[in-house]
Amino acid sequence: MISVLEYGSANIGSILNMIRRTGHEGVAVRTPEQVRAAQRLILPGVGAFDHGMRALADRGLLEPIREIADKRGVPVLGVCLGMQLLCDGSEEGSLPGLGLIPGRCRKFQSTPQQPVRIPHMGWSTITPRQAHPLLADLGPRSRFYFVHSYHVVCADPDHQLAIAEHGITFSAMIRREAVLGAQFHPEKSHRFGMAMLARFAEISA
Amino acid sequence: MSARIVPVLLLSEGGLVKTVRFQKPRYVGDPINAVRIFNDKEVDEIAFLDIGASRVGAEPNYALLADIATEAFMPFGYGGGIRSLDQIKRLFALGVEKVILNSVLADDPDLVTRAADAAGSQSVVVSMDCRSSWLGRTSAWTHGGSRSLHRNPVDYAKEMERRGAGEILIHSIDRDGMMQGYDLEAINEISSAVSVPVIAAGGAGSLADLRSAIQAGASAAAAGSLFVFHGRHRAVLISYPSPEELESAVQ
Repeated sequence: MISVLEYGSANIGSILNMIRRTGHEGVAVRTPEQVRAAQRLILPGVGAFDHGMRALADRGLLEPIREIADKRGVPVLGVCLGMQLLCDGSEEGSLPGLGLIPGRCRKFQSTPQQPVRIPHMGWSTITPRQAHPLLADLGPRSRFYFVHSYHVVCADPDHQLAIAEHGITFSAMIRREAVLGAQFHPEKSHRFGMAMLARFAEISA
Repeated sequence: MSARIVPVLLLSEGGLVKTVRFQKPRYVGDPINAVRIFNDKEVDEIAFLDIGASRVGAEPNYALLADIATEAFMPFGYGGGIRSLDQIKRLFALGVEKVILNSVLADDPDLVTRAADAAGSQSVVVSMDCRSSWLGRTSAWTHGGSRSLHRNPVDYAKEMERRGAGEILIHSIDRDGMMQGYDLEAINEISSAVSVPVIAAGGAGSLADLRSAIQAGASAAAAGSLFVFHGRHRAVLISYPSPEELESAVQ
């Protein structure tokens, strides 16, 4: 069973639909109590950093997320903005993040030496930096859909789970213990994302 | 990052249609079925344009779009009948990844900025329909090709980038449905002038055309007829190249 947090910052319909397609159960959760009861939590999110943090704070969700992730080792998967919110903060805003994985979000830079389009939008391959169940099904054609202007810079490089390229090498996935982040959208990445969600459904605390 | 190949699907009264030069809409099927087929084909991305809503000034078909969002295991953009930030917020909330703005910008170009402020530039696409006069001068049009902005497409694209557009979709009216190739000159000019990704649309008749658009500078090549018709007689058949075919043709 995967709980998917609905806090006004993303449509979770396709995440739930994809989880169900893997044969696992997915349920939308909204309240602090539901977060505390989650066996596995997906924190989705699109849009601006401060907007996301404020939406979590307004609903009283900051402490419950920190509690299950930090004290009880419940697997938490942040997706897109949700991954960035796991960190300490972002150049995009002024509010502190959840602080579950040390690091900050920086904006991509286009330079004359390394010109890139911003946002990074489209399909990219990822390269694992650690062996992890979420990456177990990765094949040579695996590709993932990214849409973001900011990327996470981990304070501890050991927290980088997978990398991708966009002018520079950046963190496509991050991880500290059972806290996981994916910068791409698994729910919009066909069978490659579906395989990852299926693996997440099988991770236990 | 690989270039994206994007089916552009036209909606009208809840069904899928395909036009020629923005005229003569022909029914080609059911949108949800099309999404399921495109899921199986692992399509990069889909763009839905509701030409019915644009023409009569109707609201977007929210119920249909919510169904599409739930079914689609790939990102999709939507345009048609969008006039306000409230509508845009509602579209994002129901799972549209990108809004595609066009006609509304004739009267309210600032909507691009408000939408980008609310959801980030990455979710805001400005579409411009381009038509060449008999003098060979190209300008941007709105309202399904019925109203000219009297603007040079390059200047207009730059203005829209400045206002916050995350992508520019160039749609050639003259080439729509003709399957005789893109307007490569316009694609090249515009993608050199802006730093946001450019999506080329209008004219694709083969995989080689898709490649030409990418080579001309587009970050994504969009096509309608190429993915909904089959053969010389244009039998309706939704198709999409396999990853192997795409790799050898486009990358």
